[in-house]
Amino acid sequence: MIAKMTNVCVYVLNQDSALDFYTNKLGFKLKLDVPMGETTRWLTVTPPEQPELEITLFPLVVGKMFTEEVVRTLKEFVSKGIFGPGVLNCTDIFATYEELKSKGVVFIKAPTKEFYGTEALFKDDSGNFFSLQQK
Amino acid sequence: MAAEQYPNVYLYKRIVQAKLFIDSNYADKIDLNNISDEAYFSKFHFIRLFKKIYGKTPHQYLTSVRIDKATELLRADRPVSEVCFAVGFESLSSFGSLFKRVVGIAPTAFLEQQQQQRAQILAHPFHFVPGCFAYQNGWGENIAILK
Repeated sequence: MIAKMTNVCVYVLNQDSALDFYTNKLGFKLKLDVPMGETTRWLTVTPPEQPELEITLFPLVVGKMFTEEVVRTLKEFVSKGIFGPGVLNCTDIFATYEELKSKGVVFIKAPTKEFYGTEALFKDDSGNFFSLQQK
Repeated sequence: MAAEQYPNVYLYKRIVQAKLFIDSNYADKIDLNNISDEAYFSKFHFIRLFKKIYGKTPHQYLTSVRIDKATELLRADRPVSEVCFAVGFESLSSFGSLFKRVVGIAPTAFLEQQQQQRAQILAHPFHFVPGCFAYQNGWGENIAILK
């Protein structure tokens, strides 16, 4: 029986920049930073109040899994904002929106009342978009 | 649907600015009276609004930021005595007891734990990475994925 999801991957264009964005702007915690060769790392962060969910900031580099063409295509998709890795919940969306905006986070939708709660959309430093919600 | 208008934009901006002030100045001696003055609130009103938004009083929030930063510095292998003063505590004993209450172990034990983990990462990096990812990326070609 499957019980929990513990690891998810977010494709990022630059791991250093992504780490800065997720920790210093979103307030996530660094969990693991394991060197994998000279240019990449196994880099995971966790949401502030959910230490059991590791989000891997996954580098798009040519390797066994990704050919040059795949890397090029994925980078294009990421930077164009095609991927929306998930929904983040907060206790007060207006305060969170104000704080992230003041830190330079780009919002593509201001807090808006929807059927499922109040929602805003923002992009990470690579271009991935997240839904920010308050139920 | 149109973007929802804030219940009170100025109020939110002031409370958020106060929170960001704590985030930036946690290492200094912060007088919460000054923060409430800067936010143009009475101290009581300020504390009530802050707690409503963040679930903690400004003082509780300041303490949590200091402990959080302390864990970051200890993870970076900084000595306990240095960390204590770097995050704004004035005595090692108050830092030690508060750290233990929040994190669950003493700062020295936490530091040792982090040092051990770093050593393990250096010695066996693939023990920390799900095998499928390492294999698919060609990291550590000698990994037997079904071992």
